[in-house]
Amino acid sequence: MTHVLDPSALTGAGSLTGPLPDPFADVTRSEDAFRAFLHGLPGVDQVGAENRVKVLGTRSIKTTAKAWAIDTAISMVDLTTLEGSDTPGKVRSLAAKARRPDPEDPGCPPVAAVCVYGDLAGVAKQALAGTDIKVAAVATAFPSGRASRAVKLADVQDAVGQGADEIDMVIDRGAFLAGRYLDVFEEIVAVKEACGSAHLKVILETGELVTLDAVRRASWLAMLAGGDFIKTSTGKISPAATLPVCLVMLEAVRDFRAATGRQVGVKPAGGIRTTKDAVKHLVLVNETAGADWLSPDWFRFGASSLLNDLLLQRQKLRTGHYSGPDHVSVD
Amino acid sequence: MSIFEYAPAPESRSIVDVRPNYGLFIDGEFTDGTGAPLKTVNPATEEVLSEVATGSDEDVDRAVRAARRAFTRVWGPMRPADRGKYLFRIARLLQERAREFAVLETLDNGKPIRESRDVDVPLAAAHFFYHAGWADKLEHAGLGPAPRPLGVAGQVIPWNFPLLMLAWKVAPALAAGNTVVLKPAETTPLTALLFAEVCRQADLPPGVVNIVPGAGETGRAVISHPDVDKVAFTGSTEVGRSIARAVAGTSKRLTLELGGKAANIVFDDAPVDQAVEGIVRGIFFNQGHVCCAGSRLLVQESVHDDVVAALQRRIGTLRVGDPMDKNTDLGAINSAEQLARIRELTAFGETEGATCWQPEGELPGRGWWFKPTVFTDVSPAHRIARDEVFGPVLSVMTFRTPDEAVAKANNTTYGLSAGIWSEKGSRILSVTSKLRAGVVWANTFNEFDPTSPFGGYKQSGYGREGGRQGLAAYLQGDN
Repeated sequence: MTHVLDPSALTGAGSLTGPLPDPFADVTRSEDAFRAFLHGLPGVDQVGAENRVKVLGTRSIKTTAKAWAIDTAISMVDLTTLEGSDTPGKVRSLAAKARRPDPEDPGCPPVAAVCVYGDLAGVAKQALAGTDIKVAAVATAFPSGRASRAVKLADVQDAVGQGADEIDMVIDRGAFLAGRYLDVFEEIVAVKEACGSAHLKVILETGELVTLDAVRRASWLAMLAGGDFIKTSTGKISPAATLPVCLVMLEAVRDFRAATGRQVGVKPAGGIRTTKDAVKHLVLVNETAGADWLSPDWFRFGASSLLNDLLLQRQKLRTGHYSGPDHVSVD
Repeated sequence: MSIFEYAPAPESRSIVDVRPNYGLFIDGEFTDGTGAPLKTVNPATEEVLSEVATGSDEDVDRAVRAARRAFTRVWGPMRPADRGKYLFRIARLLQERAREFAVLETLDNGKPIRESRDVDVPLAAAHFFYHAGWADKLEHAGLGPAPRPLGVAGQVIPWNFPLLMLAWKVAPALAAGNTVVLKPAETTPLTALLFAEVCRQADLPPGVVNIVPGAGETGRAVISHPDVDKVAFTGSTEVGRSIARAVAGTSKRLTLELGGKAANIVFDDAPVDQAVEGIVRGIFFNQGHVCCAGSRLLVQESVHDDVVAALQRRIGTLRVGDPMDKNTDLGAINSAEQLARIRELTAFGETEGATCWQPEGELPGRGWWFKPTVFTDVSPAHRIARDEVFGPVLSVMTFRTPDEAVAKANNTTYGLSAGIWSEKGSRILSVTSKLRAGVVWANTFNEFDPTSPFGGYKQSGYGREGGRQGLAAYLQGDN
């Protein structure tokens, strides 16, 4: 790799091993070069982005399209519990729900993954044995990310050791906002390495990045560093997932694939509670990144209460009338 | 074909009761017309919607006399605050019956229901609300301490925004104390006639608003009637010129809002994704049947290929088809005549050497349709770079420096609107001040608001509509 010849290149040399995709091979050769690259990405006009999602929000998804969207959304859910009060019992109950979301209808698809803190990844793994449902664990001193690199990497290794298939890491927002992009990059590369074969989702925590320009830069940074998914939020900060943010991230993965040939997934998380919200996101995916992203391999919802609303709407489509909250399970 | 196919989501037409026949609306009553009736057609299906009476010279004369009577006896002397109340009432009724208006507009015009529902009708109501507020504040319009109405306004409007153009004309005229005789376009008279019902519902005094459908003859009768004090026209430059000739030498006041060939200028530092949205909105909004459409795209040469590629990808996602479907982005061309004109001009584009691009996909079998079209390799000398196509056809040209962009943007006989896309504020300010166009949008396009004056330079017409400036067209100051 050429960049190690540059004296102002990465500190902590040797930790950076992820090969950069072809057209961007040298953008991380120095802090200045990386900043120039990220700041050279086209800007995002906030008003225009909001207008675009507003128009797409008027799409009317009915009958067969709605049925497809609901089942697809269910299959994209990362069923999540991230509380201090989480117990093995709670995780097992969530895992049972993940396997069979609607106990009254075996035709209902399972969700994509169960997302827990790292110490409970082993419990989840066991409870989901024999299924294709993935275990996702948050790591890297989630949600704040305020810990030393060593602690973060140990956190990742521990979760992977417990059997996590996917790691949801948080970026160092402090470093990002201070303009130390290379630090953020390097950390993601190191985490990716610690993941081994586990998939890496990079949480940008867009509610703390605030501007859409920053969201686009952080998205590119995370993709260049080897993230398999870019994810909006931890769910602990408001606002969490918003449609304009998701739009910008979808544009980023679309452009990144066009430039490098590598496809990266997107996961909005936090604040998506209703079927209507979920369908709006699917429309956004369909008309921004395209149909290639309409699969749980490339698009996920980080959510907890969303699943029950999807199930209620699904029952309504099937039976023609709304049931009540007691027709879906409380977890 | 996407794996996510949207099922048809048609808006129900049962909300609106399209009558088999409509009369003229004169002096508060629907009456028969003595002109030959016209058939108005749904351009998406070629189905005849209704037969509409048209006004002869005598009918127009009757309408003008009714308007004069209403002006001298009722509307002129009325307390301004009371005139405002009527306008507020009309505005509220437009909102209450918004779905009805939207459905009828889409049936008669061919525009997507999403646009009639989210743009045309809400903006029409907004124009009445805005001008209702002016009715008792005219002494603050900058036209002297006691500006007076002109009298009877003869107004002729086009088919591209039938209800909205009516609102642009009727609301300021009434707020200023004038009465009106309005001729809707031959192909789209229905929402104007539904508006006549709203006038009755609002108890507007008879004769204040008169609506006389018809073709060019009827329009000529309206503008050349000797007892008309003010003529307002929106439409083609060709007809506008003949109106200016007809009105010349009389004491009539005249405003004209005519054609355009707007430049949409994209600099290399533009927010590309939003610029692409703006280009799409600029030329494909209302099938490009927009006088201020951004029909000339001027792209900085260094980003031309990227912008065109992004634009083509985006156009590929446009949903063309049934205007009543809530997911349709591009509807039908309003008439066979207009479709023929679009075809003729685009044919010139190819023979003159420009490269034509259209997305994949089938157009519906019945009705009048034209695919969204992009011409690249266009030279400023080509007809598609100079003539107003008034359809979903974009001509792409390049520039190298801001000066060249301004020179090319201004190199047109029109001057209605322009757009600029850049993340650099100082460049926006500098370029906009050099553009000779009545409306300049920065990092947006086709954005309308009743508070903002709208109108053109050069052959795009004269006078302004909307805002404080628009009131001047309907008032005389002290002199």
